[in-house]
Amino acid sequence: MKNAFRLLGTVAAVAGLAGAAMAGAGPDEDELVVNGEIEMVTEAAAPAHMENIDTIYSGWRFRSDETQALQMDDFENPSMIWVEEAAAVFDTPDGTEGKACASCHESPDTLAGVKAVYPKWNEAAGEVRTVEMQVNDCRENRMGAEPWKYDGGDMTNMVALIASVSRGLPVNVAIDGPAKETWEKGKEIYYTRYGQLELSCANCHEQNYGMMIRADHLSQGQINGFPTYRLKNTKLNAVHSRFKGCIRDTRAHTFAPGSPEFVALELYVASRGNGLSVEGPSVRN
Amino acid sequence: MASGVKPRVKVPKSASAGETVTIKTLISHKMESGQRKDGDGNVIPRSIINRFVVDFNGQNVIDVKLEPAISTNPYFQFDATVPESGAFAFTWYDDDGSVYEDKSEISVG
Repeated sequence: MKNAFRLLGTVAAVAGLAGAAMAGAGPDEDELVVNGEIEMVTEAAAPAHMENIDTIYSGWRFRSDETQALQMDDFENPSMIWVEEAAAVFDTPDGTEGKACASCHESPDTLAGVKAVYPKWNEAAGEVRTVEMQVNDCRENRMGAEPWKYDGGDMTNMVALIASVSRGLPVNVAIDGPAKETWEKGKEIYYTRYGQLELSCANCHEQNYGMMIRADHLSQGQINGFPTYRLKNTKLNAVHSRFKGCIRDTRAHTFAPGSPEFVALELYVASRGNGLSVEGPSVRN
Repeated sequence: MASGVKPRVKVPKSASAGETVTIKTLISHKMESGQRKDGDGNVIPRSIINRFVVDFNGQNVIDVKLEPAISTNPYFQFDATVPESGAFAFTWYDDDGSVYEDKSEISVG
């Protein structure tokens, strides 16, 4: 009898250790509410098209408490400095037509919901377009202004402003109809191994999320929080810049920001987050 | 004059008597240290916020001297026990002589 108790004690101790190890592995259980009012969905059932994952998690759930806290209050979220800058640019006329964004769109608030459904098929252009492509289309064809560099500061700030007014709304990009071809192409890129290390997106973000890759806690690679302020480089990062960084880390020649390959990949990765809230501009490490 | 400078403060609108409140401040400023060189090898002149002062109803509560090693967009946060209703006055002093001010009211009751 005494031995049996001892045995039970050992089992409990081992289970305790395993529990502690598990806690470090997966996403945490924290809830994200920004400014005490915007309730974010950071965990949802995976969209039907995902074959290998049951539950999707925002990257926020994989970050430390300190990093998480920065995103919970706009005053502490460093992205908001650039969002405010973009809001000023929104009202400033540019180009030969003497128009500002505000000439047609009134205020950034009228663009609420946009970030949630992009990248999106554009019937007139006959292609899938990202928010960046739409911004430059407006600049060139409506304002008569020079297009911005695809992943430059001006552009990323503006996308952050457009994302900020959609915060809390569910990501819901369309993957059927005319967008399907682009989506399939993005899916193929997601599962293709690149570079000398021969890694695909899926190797880290689907098969090994929750694990540590050296000092980094691997997330599912969701892009609902982009543009993202990274503690690593203390600036806003566009989603294509992040793709580029990831592919570079596999020691491959990367695609260019704004290239058709990255637009397709953005559509596919965005669709993997259908159901999560738009969080951009978020804070990550 | 340094461009893109904008002060921001966050003070609770109200507090109960004796309650400790947290006050957050941030000023967007590039805080050029004076140590860096441009592409031609010339030293970029120092341009920083060198002093930050907070007064409450005319009485000084915080007075900070800032040095060049302080990073871009300096952020200060402090706790205060507010004795009565009134206004916090925040002042930042720039190397170039510019003075940036912000005010925030708080009611105690």
